[in-house]
Amino acid sequence: MRPLLTVEDLSIAFGDVGPPVVEGVSFALDAGETLALVGESGSGKTLSAKALIGLLPRAAQLRAGRAIFRAPGGEVDLLRLPAPALRRLRGQTISMVFQEPMSALSPLHRVGAQVGEVLRVHGYEGSVEDRVLEVLDEVGFPDPRRAHDAFPFELSGGLRQRAVIAMAMVGNPKLVIADEPTTALDVTTQATVLELLRRLGRDHALAVILITHDLGVVANMADRVVVLNRGRIMEAGGCSRVLSAPGHPYTRALVAAAPRPPSPLASCGAAAEGTAILSVSGLSKTYPGRTRTFGPPAPPVRAVADFALCLERGRTVAVVGESGSGKSTVAKLITRAERPDPGARMVFRPEAGGEEDISTLSGAGLKAYRRECQMVFQDPYAALSPRLSVQDILTEPLEIHGIGNRAERRARAAALMERVGLSAGHLGRFPHAFSGGQRQRIAIARALALEPELLICDEPTSALDVSVQAEVLAMLEELQAELGLSMVFISHDLTVVSHIADRILVMRRGRVVEEGDPACVFGKPRHPYTRALIAASPEPDTERRLDLKLVAAGAGEPEDWPAPYGYVEGDAPGLVEIAPGHLVRAAA
Amino acid sequence: MIGYLIQRLGTMAVTLLAISALVFVIINLPPGNYMSNRIAEMQASGEAAGIQRAEEMMAEYSLDKPVWQQYLIWIGALPGPTGFSGLLQGDFGWSFELERPVIDIVGETAALTAIVNLAALVFVYVVALPLGAIAAVRAGSWIDYLASFIGYIGLATPNFLLALILLTYGARYFDIPAGGLMHREFEGEPMSWAKLGSILTHLIVPTIVIGTSAAAAVMRRLRANLMDELHKPYVETARAKGVPPVMRTIRYPLRMALNPFVADIGNLAPQLVSGSVMVSVVMSLPTLGPVLLHSLKSQDIFMSGFVLLFVSVLTLVGMLISDILLVLLDPRIRLKSKRRGA
Repeated sequence: MRPLLTVEDLSIAFGDVGPPVVEGVSFALDAGETLALVGESGSGKTLSAKALIGLLPRAAQLRAGRAIFRAPGGEVDLLRLPAPALRRLRGQTISMVFQEPMSALSPLHRVGAQVGEVLRVHGYEGSVEDRVLEVLDEVGFPDPRRAHDAFPFELSGGLRQRAVIAMAMVGNPKLVIADEPTTALDVTTQATVLELLRRLGRDHALAVILITHDLGVVANMADRVVVLNRGRIMEAGGCSRVLSAPGHPYTRALVAAAPRPPSPLASCGAAAEGTAILSVSGLSKTYPGRTRTFGPPAPPVRAVADFALCLERGRTVAVVGESGSGKSTVAKLITRAERPDPGARMVFRPEAGGEEDISTLSGAGLKAYRRECQMVFQDPYAALSPRLSVQDILTEPLEIHGIGNRAERRARAAALMERVGLSAGHLGRFPHAFSGGQRQRIAIARALALEPELLICDEPTSALDVSVQAEVLAMLEELQAELGLSMVFISHDLTVVSHIADRILVMRRGRVVEEGDPACVFGKPRHPYTRALIAASPEPDTERRLDLKLVAAGAGEPEDWPAPYGYVEGDAPGLVEIAPGHLVRAAA
Repeated sequence: MIGYLIQRLGTMAVTLLAISALVFVIINLPPGNYMSNRIAEMQASGEAAGIQRAEEMMAEYSLDKPVWQQYLIWIGALPGPTGFSGLLQGDFGWSFELERPVIDIVGETAALTAIVNLAALVFVYVVALPLGAIAAVRAGSWIDYLASFIGYIGLATPNFLLALILLTYGARYFDIPAGGLMHREFEGEPMSWAKLGSILTHLIVPTIVIGTSAAAAVMRRLRANLMDELHKPYVETARAKGVPPVMRTIRYPLRMALNPFVADIGNLAPQLVSGSVMVSVVMSLPTLGPVLLHSLKSQDIFMSGFVLLFVSVLTLVGMLISDILLVLLDPRIRLKSKRRGA
């Protein structure tokens, strides 16, 4: 018998004349199997999958191919099915899980209504509500009734994605297409959602097409892998074979670029002596609660509490945490985009000598500090004005600080472009002409235009493909060595910072819970949250799958951490030095 | 929800008070007033007899007092020569020029203005929303171009010209009555079914004339808004669920795109009133536009004050309606206000 789905020679192009963006893609998939379509952005992995249920964007055209699907009523070619017949399959027999749960759900409709809609449009016989509650329970909502009546924005990110999964599961599908289902989630949430998908696949003998760029996710989920690059299949085969012994050079490069935690190192010592360029202590930031027309204002939000950091000249300190941990607020406070609560000390010692407390700077003093401290932002698409040419972007900081004349500024811009590996001939172009990685290089060049001593990088690589991420990280390290930069590196991803950081601070809910050099933090993690983060990072190795017990122990509320780490009624224990240079927040 | 309503009504009252003060100050900014102008006129022409009567009237309507006292007397917070008698007591003042109480002159006019504007508002939304939605969904098709074409004509044609054209051809080919808001025989008559029917047929042309440009603007904006929403992920989710196209568009992106238009109901009201002055003159509609213009020119302060305040009330009521609709339509706003109110 044929497999559930056989795709043969799929080709897709934009417009009538353009070159195909997907060409000759073939794969087969049977019930109970998970097939991973792996590739970087632009590889055609999403297009290939969306073509199967007729969700191609309007500009994309099917050029050739067949997709034979064993539908309940007999075999059909999905690519040639008339729209009403395809609609009957969609949602019910073939369903989809999307990447971004917030935007994939309508904010105006209740979760229950959106999940139940699948049943209603397909004429479900029976109680829609009962079935919806059953599915909400199955995907792990602690209180299905409440979830049923909630609006998506009332749920956390992980629960929202569970709602999306419930929507995909409610019609008892045969095939589920999951498009980067966990990319938008925090690592610990990702681990639990991956486990949920695995369980559902097993319990319902689902065929799953998993679209992802993350080889760690692949290793944890897939039975078979298809590696795509520029619309063509590079390599296909069993998951462990492809990951452990990649045949194609592209796959080898991809596997090599995937971030992995360092193998535990023996040395775990105190921080090296040196003069700190930046020492921060007692740093807190409280945002006032919403003011209300009647009644007292909402309680204030403590974004950062009692943060301390010591950055030695020429070194890198990494601040790691999930969304809402306060790590980006720390970046804003150090760059003084925000003013810290009174009582903070942030001593900056420029190379020229002297020292000043930047926490209270204003006016000319603040402007002078900004020359020394620059920031690289997360999203290179949003951080560069689309209306300024690269030349204007790079010379603007020089103009603001009145450095050089017009010709000198232009020469400096050209030199910066060359320095970050781009051609000075492209200075006249606008940001949209560059790829994500190139844009981030431009953003870094802009940050370096003023020759700062201190560089704050807020998730500089999380919007980039893995191979590009590796390049940008390597470039940052190179620039640091060459220019003697000191860096504060903000990230949600422990494995990314493990290579670049000299010291790691792990944050949760505004507080540092563990601090040490990478060898300490990775080799001898003590705090349950750090352990959860490490356990939750998927590795491209089928032998080392996610350990959900460790994740569950540390990813919860700080009050739920085991003694001596747990907070008691919101009161956090202090940081304790358990080994030279290795600090953990625990009751002594 | 009830708490929210009370809160909104409270702010509305405060806003209205502020507006009334502002209106009164502004209409009193030009030097002199209707009576002092009359007195000056009579002095110049040597009519001594009328002067004393005019001065009596100045005192009767407290025009000789400082402006802030005049204001308080006008709104009824301070006793005038005849005791408390102001807006709060339901006395809208006296028109010097027409020598009748303001309410007698503009009472029906105000009601007709409200009716004309309401009709225009309904016309705007009934025409613009479906056309704009179809234009967005079928972007680039003949129906999109046709809707755009009509829209541009609506935006580009001066209202009074459109009024003249419609009146001429409406009267010639469709027997639509030309000018006025009712047949002459009903003027000043009490309301009856025949009168209502006459008003309705007379409403057709003014509604189209006043509403067309606003409808065109709303249509263009809805098209743009909806086109942004059409490709959002939640629409793709609905496609992946197998929801049929028309149901899908109405249920998800259209609802998201509607918010700004609901919020606009309040803003449209004053626009329509001021925009209809010219049309009212051309079509001899008994609406407030021409009355306002005339009373402002002759410094008939109680008259113009009343008209301006009436327009403000229309706006505030429009805004209240849009706020209530927004709360009903958008759970994000509803839950936020609930959290605040509770």
